Amino acid sequence: MSLDTVKNAEQTPDSAQPWAELGLKEDEYAKIREILGRRPTGAELAMYSVMWSEHCSYKSSKVHLKQFGEKAPANDAMLVGIGENAGVVDVGQGYAVTFKVESHNHPSYIEPYQGAATGIGGIVRDILAMGARPVAVMDPLRFGAADHPDTRRVLPGIVAGIGGYGNCLGLPNIGGEVVFDSCYQGNPLVNALCIGVMKHEDIHLAQASGAGNKVILYGARTGGDGIGGVSVLASETFDATGPAKRPAVQVGDPFQEKLLIECTLEIFSEKLVLGIQDLGGAGLSCATSELASAGSGGMRVDLDTVPLRDSSLSPEEILMSESQERMCAIVEPGKVDRFLEICEKWDVIATVIGEVTEGERLEIFWHGEQVVDVPPRSVAHDGPQYNRPYARPSWQDALQADAPTADRLKRPGSGEELKAALLQLVSSPNQASKSWITDQYDRYVIGNTVLASPEDSGMIRIDEETNLGVSVATDGNGRYAKLDPYTGAQLALSEAYRNVAAGGAKPLAISDCLNFGSPEDPDVMWQFAEATRGLADACQILGTPVTGGNVSLYNQTGDVAIHPTPVVAVLGVIDDVTRRTPIGFAEEGQLVYLLGDTADELGGSAWTQVAHDHLGGLPPKVDLERERLLGEILIAASRDGMIDAAHDLSDGGLAQAIVESCLKGGQGARLIVPEGLDPFVYLFSESAGRAIVSIPRSEELRFNDMCGARGLPATRIGVVDGDVLELQGQFTVSLAELKDAHTGVIEALLA
Amino acid sequence: MTTRVGVVTFPGSLDDRDAQRAVRLAGAEPVALWHRDKDLHQVDAVVLPGGFSYGDYLRCGAISRFSPVMATIIEQAKLGMPVLGICNGFQVLCESHLLPGALTRNDSLHFVCRDQKLRIENATTAWTTDYSAGQEIVVPLKNGEGRFVADAHVLDELEAEGRVVARYLDLNPNGSYRDIAGITNAAGNVVGLMPHPEHAVEPLTGPTTEGLGFFTSVLKQLVNA
Repeated sequence: MSLDTVKNAEQTPDSAQPWAELGLKEDEYAKIREILGRRPTGAELAMYSVMWSEHCSYKSSKVHLKQFGEKAPANDAMLVGIGENAGVVDVGQGYAVTFKVESHNHPSYIEPYQGAATGIGGIVRDILAMGARPVAVMDPLRFGAADHPDTRRVLPGIVAGIGGYGNCLGLPNIGGEVVFDSCYQGNPLVNALCIGVMKHEDIHLAQASGAGNKVILYGARTGGDGIGGVSVLASETFDATGPAKRPAVQVGDPFQEKLLIECTLEIFSEKLVLGIQDLGGAGLSCATSELASAGSGGMRVDLDTVPLRDSSLSPEEILMSESQERMCAIVEPGKVDRFLEICEKWDVIATVIGEVTEGERLEIFWHGEQVVDVPPRSVAHDGPQYNRPYARPSWQDALQADAPTADRLKRPGSGEELKAALLQLVSSPNQASKSWITDQYDRYVIGNTVLASPEDSGMIRIDEETNLGVSVATDGNGRYAKLDPYTGAQLALSEAYRNVAAGGAKPLAISDCLNFGSPEDPDVMWQFAEATRGLADACQILGTPVTGGNVSLYNQTGDVAIHPTPVVAVLGVIDDVTRRTPIGFAEEGQLVYLLGDTADELGGSAWTQVAHDHLGGLPPKVDLERERLLGEILIAASRDGMIDAAHDLSDGGLAQAIVESCLKGGQGARLIVPEGLDPFVYLFSESAGRAIVSIPRSEELRFNDMCGARGLPATRIGVVDGDVLELQGQFTVSLAELKDAHTGVIEALLA
Repeated sequence: MTTRVGVVTFPGSLDDRDAQRAVRLAGAEPVALWHRDKDLHQVDAVVLPGGFSYGDYLRCGAISRFSPVMATIIEQAKLGMPVLGICNGFQVLCESHLLPGALTRNDSLHFVCRDQKLRIENATTAWTTDYSAGQEIVVPLKNGEGRFVADAHVLDELEAEGRVVARYLDLNPNGSYRDIAGITNAAGNVVGLMPHPEHAVEPLTGPTTEGLGFFTSVLKQLVNA
């Protein structure tokens, strides 16, 4: 095949081009021709196709995501907002923290191990590119039914991939989620989060300015893996037929990434870099066009200089390849030698592939001939934008009307029935211990892990002298969001917010990963519109801006979409990590208090799923002012030493929380049913804005005074004691029996 | 004069900064050693930290063993310098033939991270004098290839000579022969350990502080020497 140069494209305007196979729509192809005033070359078409993909351009979601900026609460802590590789938040003492959650759903279904592994790799490079040292990762995961045969293929591979990559990078995995639901059968959700720490002055941005400055590509060689990952894989609905898509999945090398991290941090420390961007989705197409577009606009690249793993790659393939463990830096000519020296020290290949130029064109050459001549902004930032039609689904009213009332779903009544329901709940795959999974991740490396799964949040010490720390929790509940996407998104935020506060940290900002079905389905688009509106509204009230995140659409097989699943990660700061509050009951005799109000709210609850396989009604109500108040009480109580344990109440309600706190601490509890509450509702309701705490008797008065003065309902419900869980007048169950029920479930299904 | 304990960084070392912290908390001065540098910079002892040196490619520890710094460490270890290999470091010591046996894939075939109970069997090595024989401790364990294997006669010899330094209690996490978690050479200056004492040196971040003894032991040994 002869080379399709710019000159050739001008001379052969009518040559047929494979725009449809590359995932472009007809009108998008026409728009490219319009921008260029001619047909694109093969290389240009490759670049536009990946950069204008749903995954990279956010073309369906952009109109809704705007709210995150428009409604953003005033927040002094935000140092870098949406649009960069990741947002950056001021956490005090001169430190800044960057964090982001992203999806790697589609590749992980096709090739679980590599898909999940490179999901970690990609998010870690995003964090690194901001100038930060990555310090921890977390993985919110969702799978099909736990007993489905394909889950046995997908889950162990994904877990091994996360462990294999993350452990080898030396990043502690400190939390996340594991959820099973048959709606994720053909579309598992593999979200990955990374947290990074830096000093304010170390923040780096992705921009290329200053004519004559060099463009350096460093890291792994470029190969033929991951070609079209973002366009043909992440931006289309899975189809039972059609060609295998495995070649579109990238292959990771964590060792190379570890070297890249250390090498890059050393380069940062010597201030050798003007702008930097990692190569992830859309590879070199993305890095060059985004760097140029965010900078002064002009860049020239000689593609022949790119180190290759496979010398037969065409320029189109080199531009589209998503080979992992690569970064692109803009460096002043006088600093290039030192840059290359540091790369050599770390055995990292580094090559000058081009330079920043005057003008506003991105020009790419292959064997001396020009194959790309485009305005970079048109590739990187001026992609198409759609106002997709959306409408409340016709089935939504019927779903909400199907409420799990006592007359429709039989509820346990006697003590024995309550005990059986509790054991059934805590031994169900969603509520059972996930230690078989989390024990495959290193949570100790770096030596700064203060809290890790199964705690409410993951907490990291960032300064060994002052004990300053940060914590992150991720939450999402697709069942709630299916019943009401607006409320569901707010509940995801509320829960993550509560989890961070329960550990003793003050919530500062959020990142979100919005996992939905096909945007071409008006039902799905309505869910998306509602969820983003709900999240933006809630962020405004809680004062936690969205710093960035990721949208994953087309999570559906055929006509069937996943539950709308907005996953929210909340970042908090704690001045003194030694004051953190764990979930486990540690000391006999301490008093157990239930904070917040409990109502008969079972819609979308774990109990309805486990006991009746039912989903209907409305999710729990959201009261954001209450969430904030609860958070303030939990943080103050932690700081002032009034509580020794705290655990948020969410899926599974009090039943789940109390069992986890007992088992984690190795202590039993004797509880009463408070006046006026039905024992079943008390145990299994999922009313939001609640937590349990354990209080040393000496602190009870002070704690009660504080809750009373602030107007937070606090009810004494029992005492930490013995080796049984007793609900007075109802049932007693031994810790041994609870432990038996709660552990070993996942390995029995999957190991 | 402060005791200087070197911690080697290979490409792919992960727990090097943790080992340095443990050395510091024990009261010694940690000295970073670089894999390409043959010079040990006058250190009195060396820790080979955990991680995936050289990506664990070929075989865990197989490439590190040929790095310039190891040539000097092997030489000095034979002359009596205390050397502690933790996890990947243990693998490097076996590949270097400073210790017998090999570390293979866990019998579960999974990476495992857990708080592990151990019994200290030999409290006379350079790295264990601050423990008492039979003492039980809990430290983190995290490995994918931590299964200690050796020929029966090698195992018998290790047992007979009291060279098993620590054994797994309650649960054998990786299928190691005879529950072996760590061993020493005949002279007692070189110790290989699969669990991670450097992650059990602070109450805030570790399950216990019972790992600190390895680092304080060598300090005492060196000060008394």
